[in-house]
Amino acid sequence: MTALSVPARPEEDASLRPVPWQRMGWVTWRQHRATLAWVAVFLGALAVAMWLAGRQLHSAYVTALAACQPPVHSLACPGATIAFDGTNGFLGNGFLLQAVPVLIGAFAGAPVLARELETGTFRYAWTQAFGRWRWTLAKLVPLAVALAAVAGVFSLVFDWYYQPYFVAANQNLSLTEYTPFFPGLFDLRGIGFAAWTLVAFAIGALAGTLIRRVVPAIAATLVAYTGLAFAAGTWLRPAYMTPVVTNNVNVPGSAWVMSQWWTKGGKFAFSGWPSVRLLNQYCPAGPVGVGPGGKPKAVGLAECLTPHGYTQWTSYQPASRFWPFQWIEGGWLLVLSALLIAVTVWLVRRRAT
Amino acid sequence: MNVIEASGLGRRYGSTWALRDCTVAIPAGHVAALVGPNGAGKTTLLNLAAGLAAPSAGDVTVLGGRPAGSPMALDGIAFVAQDTPMYKNLSARDMLHLTRNLNRRFDQQYAESRLGELGIPLKRKAGKLSGGQQAQLALTLALARRPRLLVLDEPMAMLDPVARHDFMASVMMAMAADGVSVVLSSHVLAELERVADYLILMSRGRVQLAGEVDDLLASHHLLTGPAAEADRYAERLNVVHARRGEAQAHLLVRTTADDPVPPGWEAHPVGLEELALAYLREPAAAAALPGPDRAWRRALPSETGRQTEVSK
Repeated sequence: MTALSVPARPEEDASLRPVPWQRMGWVTWRQHRATLAWVAVFLGALAVAMWLAGRQLHSAYVTALAACQPPVHSLACPGATIAFDGTNGFLGNGFLLQAVPVLIGAFAGAPVLARELETGTFRYAWTQAFGRWRWTLAKLVPLAVALAAVAGVFSLVFDWYYQPYFVAANQNLSLTEYTPFFPGLFDLRGIGFAAWTLVAFAIGALAGTLIRRVVPAIAATLVAYTGLAFAAGTWLRPAYMTPVVTNNVNVPGSAWVMSQWWTKGGKFAFSGWPSVRLLNQYCPAGPVGVGPGGKPKAVGLAECLTPHGYTQWTSYQPASRFWPFQWIEGGWLLVLSALLIAVTVWLVRRRAT
Repeated sequence: MNVIEASGLGRRYGSTWALRDCTVAIPAGHVAALVGPNGAGKTTLLNLAAGLAAPSAGDVTVLGGRPAGSPMALDGIAFVAQDTPMYKNLSARDMLHLTRNLNRRFDQQYAESRLGELGIPLKRKAGKLSGGQQAQLALTLALARRPRLLVLDEPMAMLDPVARHDFMASVMMAMAADGVSVVLSSHVLAELERVADYLILMSRGRVQLAGEVDDLLASHHLLTGPAAEADRYAERLNVVHARRGEAQAHLLVRTTADDPVPPGWEAHPVGLEELALAYLREPAAAAALPGPDRAWRRALPSETGRQTEVSK
């Protein structure tokens, strides 16, 4: 039993000054350093894996580049091309890597409030003098900034890894060339990766506040994020800027083609591919030229249709718009994240418990 | 100064009122006990006072008019929630650090020496402490904040008898040394008899009875007399709870000391537990205070001689 007496209480200030913000720094660090460490370990392991795979990819690319140099295609060229295309493995089109931002965001973001609400510790945290909405803000903002910064640094690994696929000369060497807008790759490079990680974190924080349980909140974050990413890639991204329309049949391989249609005599004729009847009529020679991968080539089509008065039109996003698109997407994701965090803080302040 | 003052306070969860039309003023300088069965609204009232929930109706202020949950209110109240929630993976030392950082005042030295005397190692994680130690750690964190009001929600629910005794002794010590006011909720009546000097009885989301324990005990008596006369006297007396046997009836009545005891009847003083139980058994007796009420009539004993619950 304690016999210790309690010292006198200091006089209270007439005007109550709030507990300084910086005091939350240690609190946030102490409570979330394990999460940050896990994120660092996860991304570190991924970086090592990508570095190992990337070295192979880059060396395969150098080999292919040397073997397929025009005007003389060496006999080694086809083999080197296959080796280059085959090296990328699952990392090739980035679809699996799409999950990285949402995994980080959901596992780091959802528990911030959900764990407090689930275990009841919010009744400790929110009755301290610091104040509950300030506590929420002082946790979410530094964590969001830290995660976005880590993700931003990490996306340099993606930039380096995928770099060979975006070389403009690839097309002439019959090597794979992706448009930088390629779905699954656009949001891994530039500022996209950091922005998507940020928004996943913000979704997680809000879901945790609303659902109040860690595991369901993580699940909800995964679902909401997937929906958002799908909607953004399908409907929003193509509309960031008005596509360029051209009747030049030599659209660069780096272009993101939105649609193709044909006109005859200034009037719309058909979109996409011509009908079989039209092909039989004007291109009886059959296959209209062969592009990479054995697909019919638009240039070939143009060769037999153009003499009959048809004009091919293409609307596309040129590769030079990569950075404007990155800034547009990063911009609205940043605004959305700020909004989600603001709503979370508002919910906590409104005492939604 | 009132440490908690509520008027018309209500809190609804969905369509259920957890607390309803609660008007109460708990003066400073007491150990006030909030007593009632589970679901009576004790925790709801304390959560509202601590600012953890917002009222659905009415309002509540603390420490002489500070709105509950405001920075001024949070600064003066230390709230130890039910089951003393703590970060299980943080050490006791970290919990001190955390609480120090989250408050304007924190007496680190006091907290460390207190934990030292209690034999709670600073390095041990909060989740590895025994229930009693966790409660003591939570109390230490609360007291080191130098609060004007200490609010404890079911502080003893998880503790064994020895830990309960130690815990309450610590509270009383702090109260004596620092003048901190204490409001605690409990459904363990026996524990409160020694410590509480102010009683608030709650039942079914309403406050049934509130007052200083001495006043309450002085104004209630247990009358024992012939069962045959019980009904006659019950007409005139302010009966809280009646218990009638074959020959004798026991009426717990609210009287002043001057009221004469009917001939043939004996008056006995009542204990706190007895008093509280009588009210809790008669939720309708709430209206018996302060004015006269006839609600008890419906509660008069049935022919079996056993007390009956008021049916709604």
